[in-house]
Amino acid sequence: MAHGLLTFLKSAALSLAALASAAHAGETIVLASTTSTEQSGLFNFILPIFEKDSGIAVKVVALGTGQALDVGRRGDADVLLVHDRAAEDKFVAEGYGVGRRDVMYNDFVLVGPAADTAGVKASKDAVDAFGRIAKKGSPWVSRGDRSGTHAAELRFWSTAGVEPKGQGWYKEAGAGMGPTLNMAAGMGAYTLADRGTWASFKNRQDLAIIYAGDPKLYNPYGVILVNPARHPHVKKAAGEKFIDWITSAEGRRAISAYKIGNEQLFYPLVR
Amino acid sequence: MNGFTLAFSEALALLIGFDHRVAEIVLLSLQVSGLAVCLGTLVGLPLGACLGVGRFPGRQVLVVILNGCMGLPSVVVGVVVYLALSRSGPLGELGLLYSPSAMVIAQTLLVVPLMAAIARQTVEDAWREYEEELTAMRFRWFDSVRVLLHDCRHSLMVAVLAGLGRAMSEVGAVMIVGGNIDRSTRTMTTAIALETSKGDLPLAVALGLVLLAVILLLNGLAYGLRLWAMRRYA
Repeated sequence: MAHGLLTFLKSAALSLAALASAAHAGETIVLASTTSTEQSGLFNFILPIFEKDSGIAVKVVALGTGQALDVGRRGDADVLLVHDRAAEDKFVAEGYGVGRRDVMYNDFVLVGPAADTAGVKASKDAVDAFGRIAKKGSPWVSRGDRSGTHAAELRFWSTAGVEPKGQGWYKEAGAGMGPTLNMAAGMGAYTLADRGTWASFKNRQDLAIIYAGDPKLYNPYGVILVNPARHPHVKKAAGEKFIDWITSAEGRRAISAYKIGNEQLFYPLVR
Repeated sequence: MNGFTLAFSEALALLIGFDHRVAEIVLLSLQVSGLAVCLGTLVGLPLGACLGVGRFPGRQVLVVILNGCMGLPSVVVGVVVYLALSRSGPLGELGLLYSPSAMVIAQTLLVVPLMAAIARQTVEDAWREYEEELTAMRFRWFDSVRVLLHDCRHSLMVAVLAGLGRAMSEVGAVMIVGGNIDRSTRTMTTAIALETSKGDLPLAVALGLVLLAVILLLNGLAYGLRLWAMRRYA
């Protein structure tokens, strides 16, 4: 039995070593990004194109924007693709990242019960929509996880002059977009979602897009290289190659070509 | 079709159709958790046996701590291992974060206390029964540990299976230190968490059923092995 265990252990160690070497066969970079880009299926669509062109494998860790920036601060990723312009600029100003570039945008949508209990459909703009929800005290599920979407939501509340924290109708999920949508679907609550995650989200139940289209709901994504001067192990050349590609004509074409049904989810930013 | 019927039919389709993606994920789960349980066996069982046989001051405190550690939340283990392996952490130079090795380390830390605690109880019970004989035979205490570990090997299978169950089913630690990277560190449990957050609940349940089937199969194999060994070596 002891012998059998030893053999098993050996084969397990070998298989793990094989596993590790398979992952290191070509060059790999770690991309810390947001749940919206990963779960919408965008990466599954565009990354194989980049990998074929460049021979560089991209390992995506999907987190909220705040968490992704923290991972970058600690030096645990090579490249970040996130969506919170204010936090991104702070990240670069503090010397944690270099060479931030615009990549693409989509928009946020206000999602809620199809019956629209707070009468949000008649809003004149997005800020008015948030004000109506607060005034009516309709249930709202907030991400509450320092993600890009959470930051955008908080900006809308403050512009609307509402202090939602601590209100009975305001629930902080402390979770990703998907789990937050699951909660909103279960409670018949309103929430702010990015269009990508919403489009690929399946457990909608009674939820529908209640309000969208205001230019204020604009949601831009930027790409940043983690500063190699601060973290010397960062794969600078491969990371820059990825940044060059995703902002190039080919990268833009790949982003535009990704659709769910007939709907294009992300629009490249031309500069 | 309601959610459950849909989940069951999807699970059947995944099992019968032998989906390659699912097979890869199952294989990674088995490799990571299997290796963690092997390391846990090598460390946890002797550790538990020593605690079961040894008599020294502070032993009871250690037993309580060990038993308490069975309830160690996997997320906490994940965060601690993350901080240790992070580039800014003490072991950052190894560059192990977001790799299967990091997941093995986290799961090993998770299963060692559980396996040691079960082994401690098993061996201590046996020690009570054979203490006089072993002492009469002038066995030193670590010889007793060895003899008891060998004699209890069939009962200790439960400790190994409990460790395997814990490792295969936890999601908190592997999610944090592995990062749930597609084709690299995605396991059964992180895949289930991902499908749940995408709102694809039937697929999440279907993957859960596949995981359950794998764990049942492993337990069946272990049970068969035990029967075979008991018959052969009586």
